[in-house]
Amino acid sequence: MDVFLWVIVPYLCIATFVVGHFWRYRYDKFGWTTRSSQLYEDRLLRIGSPLFHFGMLGVVGGHVIGLLVPQAWTDAVGIGEHAYHLVAVTGGLLAGVMAVVGLAILVYRRRTVGPVFSATTVMDKVMYAFLAAAIVLGMWNTIAGSIMTIGGEYNYREGVSVWYRSFLAFQPDADLMAEAPLGFQLHALVAFGLFALWPFTRLVHVFSAPVGYLTRPYIVYRSRDVQLGSRSRRPGW
Amino acid sequence: MRVMAQMAMVMNLDKCIGCHTCSVTCKQAWTNRTGTEYVWFNNVETRPGQGYPRRYEDQEEWKGGWTLNQRGRLALKGGGRLRKLLTIFSNPKMPSIQDYYEPWTYDYATLTDAPAQEHTPVARPKSLLSGKDMKVTWSSNWDDNLGGSKATGEHDPMLKKIADKVRLEFEETFMFYLPRICEHCLNPSCAASCPSGAIYKRSEDGIVLVDQDRCRGWRMCISGCPYKKVYFNHRTGKAEKCTFCFPRIEVGLPTVCSETCVGRLRYIGLMLYDADKVLEAAATTDEHGLYEAQREVFLDPHDPEVQRAAEQAGIPRDWVSAAQRSPIHALINRFRVALPLHPEYRTMPMVWYIPPLSPVVDVVKDTGHDAEDKGNLFAAIDALRIPIEYLAELFTAGDVAPVDGVLKKLAAMRSYMRDINLGREPDPSIPAAVGMTEEEMYDMYRLLAIAKYDERYVIPPAHSEQAHALEELATECSVSEYGGGQHGLFGEGSGVPTPIAVENFQMLQDRQTADTLASPADKSARVNLLNWDGKGSPSGLFPPRPGNAGADQPEGEAP
Repeated sequence: MDVFLWVIVPYLCIATFVVGHFWRYRYDKFGWTTRSSQLYEDRLLRIGSPLFHFGMLGVVGGHVIGLLVPQAWTDAVGIGEHAYHLVAVTGGLLAGVMAVVGLAILVYRRRTVGPVFSATTVMDKVMYAFLAAAIVLGMWNTIAGSIMTIGGEYNYREGVSVWYRSFLAFQPDADLMAEAPLGFQLHALVAFGLFALWPFTRLVHVFSAPVGYLTRPYIVYRSRDVQLGSRSRRPGW
Repeated sequence: MRVMAQMAMVMNLDKCIGCHTCSVTCKQAWTNRTGTEYVWFNNVETRPGQGYPRRYEDQEEWKGGWTLNQRGRLALKGGGRLRKLLTIFSNPKMPSIQDYYEPWTYDYATLTDAPAQEHTPVARPKSLLSGKDMKVTWSSNWDDNLGGSKATGEHDPMLKKIADKVRLEFEETFMFYLPRICEHCLNPSCAASCPSGAIYKRSEDGIVLVDQDRCRGWRMCISGCPYKKVYFNHRTGKAEKCTFCFPRIEVGLPTVCSETCVGRLRYIGLMLYDADKVLEAAATTDEHGLYEAQREVFLDPHDPEVQRAAEQAGIPRDWVSAAQRSPIHALINRFRVALPLHPEYRTMPMVWYIPPLSPVVDVVKDTGHDAEDKGNLFAAIDALRIPIEYLAELFTAGDVAPVDGVLKKLAAMRSYMRDINLGREPDPSIPAAVGMTEEEMYDMYRLLAIAKYDERYVIPPAHSEQAHALEELATECSVSEYGGGQHGLFGEGSGVPTPIAVENFQMLQDRQTADTLASPADKSARVNLLNWDGKGSPSGLFPPRPGNAGADQPEGEAP
């Protein structure tokens, strides 16, 4: 059971994530968009969307640090357990609260504003459920696990993070995850579910974050015959 | 000198009767789809009026176009790259659907389905966004023919600039129509605002297009364009804009709006310009100098040096000769009667306008004087400051002199040609008074009054060696590139199918079977004739054949 939950399911989800994106990009570039609903409603979005997105940027950054940087490294540069914990919890809490409040506003908006609701697909609803569940469980882990220490102390950097790195290195150690508290287990499972859904939802827009805009010239010139449609040009012979 | 060719348009506003044929045919051709109900690539505004979307010209509010920063350099008025990325999650300057108008349909079924009753049944307006009842309070041409301008006219941002002199008294009213399409600017701020780099300017003919496969729906182009001529398709989540009917232009045909223009007031032709000078011209310090600066950017296709440079730049010879015959070149640089729309936005627009003389002529006529007499008209142009200052706010950033000059040329042409038409000796002092020769004046008359189809539209077709890549010829079966072949899968019209995306597949299907009015359940039994382009026969257009009743006809297939 442990192997199924912490080896097979995660790999299946990640495989779906990777292959799904590849397929979606090849087949459905036209559908690759944010599907913004700002045109319909602006007042709630103006508060909710930046809150949620900037909060999520913080959350993702925190996960990258927490999961990918081994404890030995931070110990080596002299950041003690307590100091790390303090920074992580404060930052995590701030970003998490932003994301949760933002998400609440956005979900409320999606449900109550007529045009926005009627533009909501089934996939959107499923995705929202997974996303909300992952965020709420994550917040629970931060608040209940790290601050209130319900169910005893748990240092995820010696458990979940190590498992995650072993998972990325294709030498997964399922026992580490099996010993983790239930909150972390659920959070991880829901997150992997979200990864599996990812390529088939509007979440794909994350991967088109337009950082190239900072360096490209303002006006783009393109020749007519270089490319028409998404297929590249045939050679001239 | 870096020579580039630009397909450009000039509209003669004196001839516009505000019939909206251009808008309707454009809509039929390009935006009769779900998600673009509110979109008019071409719209006709009554001026004075708020325009569409409402008050789009107030750039202190919308922050479209370019401005000069403190160091005197060109900068996007809506903020630079970093600011764009920081506000990407919620564009602070994006117009809402209410600024355009909420699209609606009518509950026509009640008219035919209603039981016998005392009162006549009423078709109620239903929102096309939510399917709910709605009150129709605004549309793309709500203030058509100054309708309701008592209540809304004072919101015209251009009128506000000269407001202290203007009262919208009925006796003092002047009015004209302004048809607008995308300006296909030399320095497009929509393209500069696009974070994905999906909006590009075609290097062959300067047409500005949105790559639908690259657009990610960040919406920055919509607020970046000061003319508000990039629209958000709220079903596909992508930006769409006027295409200058490029599939037609490529084979030498004029745009749909020009082809169908009843007043024949549109001219299409090439302009050669020096791409190296564009930014310098757009950064002219004095707003009043922008019109002249843009004229300086254009090159004379008769100049041998320009021809040589054009050849080096790979512009085909027949294109250069088309640029020589271009009516646009004649109107902008030879006769100098065409003016750009809002040069102060610094985008270097390429759809220009001949300002209307009719407000002046009407006043002279109403006072009982001879409205074709040079003296009367010139005096009226000098006296009627309000219409002229208004025109100047539109076309020359408020500089009255160029508008004055153009109107006097048009007035001179009227009175000069009257002598000829009446068989009298023409008076050479009339063209001389506006700095033109008699021959020039007659040529201008020919071009403005009686130019035939091939003189109004000088469009060199794209080259046949590239023909396989052209949209209209489609020898490469471009339909299949968009997952084609699914003719009329969910769409309402016919022609090239709307690409079906993974996410909205289900939604489009639902719309076909939903209970709401936005996508009525009995859709198969009705056809929106407005959205039908005349090809094929959508199911529901004809009742099912006897013997075949019950069995659904395959959608979109002609029986």
